[in-house]
Amino acid sequence: MGSYLPSTAEERQSMLEAIGCQSMEDLYAQVPPEMRVEKLDLPEGKSELEVRRILEGLAAENTVFPAVFRGAGAYRHYIPAIVKSVTSKETFVTAYTPYQAELSQGVLQSIFEYQTMICALTGMDASNASLYDGASAAAEAVAMCRERKRSTVLLSAAAHPMVRRTVETYCFGNGMTVKTVPMKNGFTDAQALSELLDDTVACFYLQQPNYYGRIEQARELGGAVHAAGGKFIMGVNPIAMAVLKTPGECGADIAVGEGQPLGLPLSFGGPYLGFMAATAALTRKLPGRIVGETTDHQGRRAYVLTLQAREQHIRREKASSNVCSNQALCAMTAAVYLAAMGPRGLRQAAESCMAHARYAAERICAVKGFDLVYPGPYFHEFVTTCPGDPARVLEGLARRGILGGLPLEDGNLLWCATEVNTKGEIDALEQALREVV
Amino acid sequence: MNTPEHLRYTKSHEWVLFADDGTAKVGLTDHAQEALGDLVFVNLPEVGDALTCGEALGDVESVKAVSDVFSPVTGTVKAVNEALLDAPESINADPYGAWLVEVEDITSQEELLDAAAYQELCAQED
Amino acid sequence: MELLFEKSRSGRGCDLLPPLDVPPAHLMEGMGRETPLDLPELSEVDLSRHYSALERRAHGVNNGFYPLGSCTMKYNPKLHEELAALPGFTGVHPSQSPETVQGCLKVLRLAEELLCEITGMAAMTFQPAAGAHGEFTALLMVKKYHLDRGEAGRTKILVPDSAHGTNPASAAMCGFTVVNVPSNPQGGVDLEALRAAAGPDTAALMLTNPNTLGLFDPNILEITQIVHDAGGLCYYDGANLNAVMGVARPGDMGFDLVHLNLHKTFSTPHGGGGPGSGPVGCKDFLRDLLPAGHVEEGPDGLELRDPAGTIGSVKAFYGNFTVVVKALAYILTLGVEGIPQAAQGAVLNANYLREQLRGTYDIAYGDGPCMHEFVLTLEKLKKETGVSALDVAKALVDQGIHPPTMYFPLIVEEALMFEPTETESRETLDQAAEVLKAIRAQADTDPAALHAAPVTTPIGRPDEVQAARHPVLRYRPPEVRP
Repeated sequence: MGSYLPSTAEERQSMLEAIGCQSMEDLYAQVPPEMRVEKLDLPEGKSELEVRRILEGLAAENTVFPAVFRGAGAYRHYIPAIVKSVTSKETFVTAYTPYQAELSQGVLQSIFEYQTMICALTGMDASNASLYDGASAAAEAVAMCRERKRSTVLLSAAAHPMVRRTVETYCFGNGMTVKTVPMKNGFTDAQALSELLDDTVACFYLQQPNYYGRIEQARELGGAVHAAGGKFIMGVNPIAMAVLKTPGECGADIAVGEGQPLGLPLSFGGPYLGFMAATAALTRKLPGRIVGETTDHQGRRAYVLTLQAREQHIRREKASSNVCSNQALCAMTAAVYLAAMGPRGLRQAAESCMAHARYAAERICAVKGFDLVYPGPYFHEFVTTCPGDPARVLEGLARRGILGGLPLEDGNLLWCATEVNTKGEIDALEQALREVV
Repeated sequence: MNTPEHLRYTKSHEWVLFADDGTAKVGLTDHAQEALGDLVFVNLPEVGDALTCGEALGDVESVKAVSDVFSPVTGTVKAVNEALLDAPESINADPYGAWLVEVEDITSQEELLDAAAYQELCAQED
Repeated sequence: MELLFEKSRSGRGCDLLPPLDVPPAHLMEGMGRETPLDLPELSEVDLSRHYSALERRAHGVNNGFYPLGSCTMKYNPKLHEELAALPGFTGVHPSQSPETVQGCLKVLRLAEELLCEITGMAAMTFQPAAGAHGEFTALLMVKKYHLDRGEAGRTKILVPDSAHGTNPASAAMCGFTVVNVPSNPQGGVDLEALRAAAGPDTAALMLTNPNTLGLFDPNILEITQIVHDAGGLCYYDGANLNAVMGVARPGDMGFDLVHLNLHKTFSTPHGGGGPGSGPVGCKDFLRDLLPAGHVEEGPDGLELRDPAGTIGSVKAFYGNFTVVVKALAYILTLGVEGIPQAAQGAVLNANYLREQLRGTYDIAYGDGPCMHEFVLTLEKLKKETGVSALDVAKALVDQGIHPPTMYFPLIVEEALMFEPTETESRETLDQAAEVLKAIRAQADTDPAALHAAPVTTPIGRPDEVQAARHPVLRYRPPEVRP
C-alpha cells in the first residue's frame, strides 16, 4: 500500500513538532469526536503490481469486438498515432485549467487552435473551449436560447434518444417546456414542426445526420424556425462535416455535437467531448471557458481565458451556466486529430464512411429478411429490418467476433460502418448473417 | 472626481439627467467608473422594458467582476445607448456622456442627491 | 509562437488512410458542403514539434509546486494512465450488452462501494462529468424529491457566502432561488442567520466542509440539524474532501447528498481543465432518484438500470468511465490505511506551510489550525507597499511555483489561497516559504520589480481588458480579418 506521501513517519512527526503540535489529533481538534471515523470498511492497501493485476483482470472480463458495426452516438474510427503521442504528454495531462496565462500559453494556444478548427468544421463564428459531451452540449445550447417570452423547446424525434433525454432533464431543472416534433419516414416532420411553431418557441433542435442516419433538409427546417422568431440548433456529426452542408450554411444559430469521433476511443461512453459553436450574435451567451487572443504589455501575442464575467465564479447565481471543468484534454485530442487528418484526410475519412456504409447496407440486405427501412441517402448509419429476434441474431454475430447493429425498440437494427471496416470485414458480416438466420 | 452640478445622483452611484419633456437619462458616475476599473461590456435592458426604482436595470462587466446598475426611477425604457455595446470604454472615458438608458413615463423616483451631497457621500465611502 | 494555421503549407499532410476498397458513394445534389474545409495542412513532423513546443510553454504537476487552492493538485500516479488505456476498457462500445461489459460494470460497482464507504452514502452515480455537473445532478434530485412529496413550495437553496461560485450557479440552473448565508467571525456558518433563513421554503443547504477558508465547521451537526428540522436536505460539496477522507464522513455529518471531484481528491489528472468526474452519492431514501443507468445486481450478473424515480440523464451513457478507472486504482492502492494518511498529510502540509508564513503574511481566520488549505490576506501589504495579491502570485511564477488561487474566497480581501496537498515534501514547502518571504521583503525594497513580474515566461502579463472588449476567439488569415 502507499499514499504517495513523499515523507517518512519520522519526518512528519518532526514537522508536527516544528509547528507546536504533539499529534495529528491537535490539527483535527475542530472535528467533533462523535463523528470521527475509527476505521473505514475498506480493503488493505495494495502494491502497484497487485492493483495492476486487479484492473487488468477486470478489463479482461470485457469483450472487445474485432469488428464493430454499431454507432448510435459512439463511433469507432482510426486514431492516428500522433494523437495519443501528443495527448499523453505529461504536462498536458496534469495541468489545471489555464488560469495563469503566463505559465499556460501552450494549453491556451492549443484551445484557441481547437476553437478555430471547430469554427471551420461547423461554419460558425465562435466556439467555446469544450463541454462534457454532445448530449449535455445540446442541453446547454437549448438553455442559451431562452428569452423572457420564449421558453418552449422543440426537439426532433429523430434526434438521439439520450440527447433528447438529457435536454428533457436539464429542462426539468430550468423550467423550459419541451415538445417533441414527430417523425415521418425517418425524417423530422416539417409539417408538424410548422404547426408547433409559435411565439413561445425559443428554439428547435435538429440532429444531422439524424439518429437513423438520414440526412435532414436542415436549411428548410431552420428557415421555418427563424420565420417564427425561434433559434435553430443543429447537433452534427463532426466527421460528416467534411462532406455535408455545415450548420453555418444551413443558417443555424448554434452548432453542437459529440466530438468523440475526432480521435477519442469508445471507452464505454467516456470521456467524450461536447463541442459548441455559435453565431457572433450569441458569442457572449456561450457557456464555459473561452480562450481569446490579446497581447502582453510588450505587444507580444498572448492567449487568455476571456469573457469571464459570463461565468459562475463571477456571476454566481446569475451565470448563464455552471460549467467549470470541461473536457480540455479531449478537445486537444480533437485538435490534434483534425490537424493530422487535414482537409483532405478528413474528407477521405468521411467518404470512406459513406462508401463502407453503402457497401455494408448492400451486403446486409443481400441476406433474406434484411431490408433497408429508409432509402438513401445516408452518411454512415442506416436501419434495416431483422428477421426474427434481434437478440438472437446479435448473439450469433457476437460469437463470430462481430458487434452488430443496435437493436431499436421496433425490432429493427441500426447499423454503422466507418473507414475502419474493411471490405473483407463487411463480406464476413454478410456470411455471418447468413449463418445466423 | 468630476461631479457636474446639473445632475442628480443615487447612493448606488448612478447619475440622472431629467429633461423638460419628463424623460430622464441614466448613467454611471465618475466615482463608479473609477472604482469599477476598465469596463469591458454592458448588459442593457430592451426598449419598452418596465424599470422599477431601486432594482437592477442591467449590469456592467470588468474583466473579473460584474456590477448591477440600479434604476433611480420607475418608468419605461425609451431608448438604450447601443453604442456602448461596442465601446464600453466610453463609460470610463466620458461617464457623463455615456448614458445607459433613457426612461419615459416616469411615475416615481428614489431620493436623489445633488452634486454636493453626492460628493460628501463619496468622501465618506473613501 | 506561430499557430498551426500559420505553419500550414498547401499540399502537406499525413498519409493515414488506405484507398477505398469498395465503390464510392455519393451524396445527392444540394446536400454537400459548399465552403472549403479550412483545416491546417501539416506533415507529422511539423505537428509533432508544434505540440512539443506548446508543452514547453505549459506547467503541469511535474513542473513544480502547484499549491492552487481548492483544486487539490496532488501527484498523478503513472500506473493510472496505463490502466485507463487498457484496450479492454478503451475498446468497449457503451451500448454493448451487459454480459460483454461485466468488467466495466464491476469497475463502476466497486468504485461505488468504496466511495460510499468513504463518504457514508448508500448509492452513487458516476454519470456527472465534473464537479459542477455533480452539483447540478444532486440539485435535480433535491428538486424532484420535494416535488414527488408534494412540496413544490421548497424553492430556496441556502448557500454560505464563502461557497464556490458553482453552488449558486447550479442552484439557478435548477430553477431555485439562492439565499446567501453569512459567515460568522470564526469563518464558519452563522447559526443565527441560518436559523432565520431556513424554513418551509428551504429545499436544501449546499455546504463545503472544510470550507473555502480551509476551516472545518465545528458546528456541522447543528447546521445540518437546523436544515433538516426545517424540512430541507443537506448537500455536501466534496471539493475539499481531501482534508477529511478517512477521518470524518459527510454522511455522519448529516449530509444527504454529496458530490466528489475524482480529479481532485482521488488523484485523477486535470488535463488542462478536464476531463474530470463528479460522482454523486446519496443516502438510501434518495437512491430511486439517481440518474439513468445505475449499476445493479441482475439475475445474470451486473446490469444497468434506471432507478424507479430517476431524474433522467445529465449526459449520454455512464460518465467519464476511464477517469473512474484511475480513481479506483488510487483507492485500491491507498486502502484503509492510506486514505486517512493522505488526508492527514494534506492537513499537516497546509499547517506546516502556514506556520512558516505566519508573521510574514497575514493569515485570514488564522487562530486555530487549518485543514488542507489556508488563505492569506494581503490587504495590509497592499496598503503599505502597493504590492497586491496578484503581484505576489506573478512573482511566484518567476520562481517556478504555480501561484495559489487568487482573490478567492470573495469574503477575504486580497486573498491568496494555498493548498499544498500531501504529495509535497518538507523541502518543497520550506523552499516555497523562503521564496514567499523573499517576495515579502522585496515588496518593501523594490515593489516595481514585483509589479513587473513575471519576466521569465514566454509572455508578460496579458492585456485582459483588450481581450474582453474586443474578443478574438479564433484565428483568421490576415486577409480576411474584420
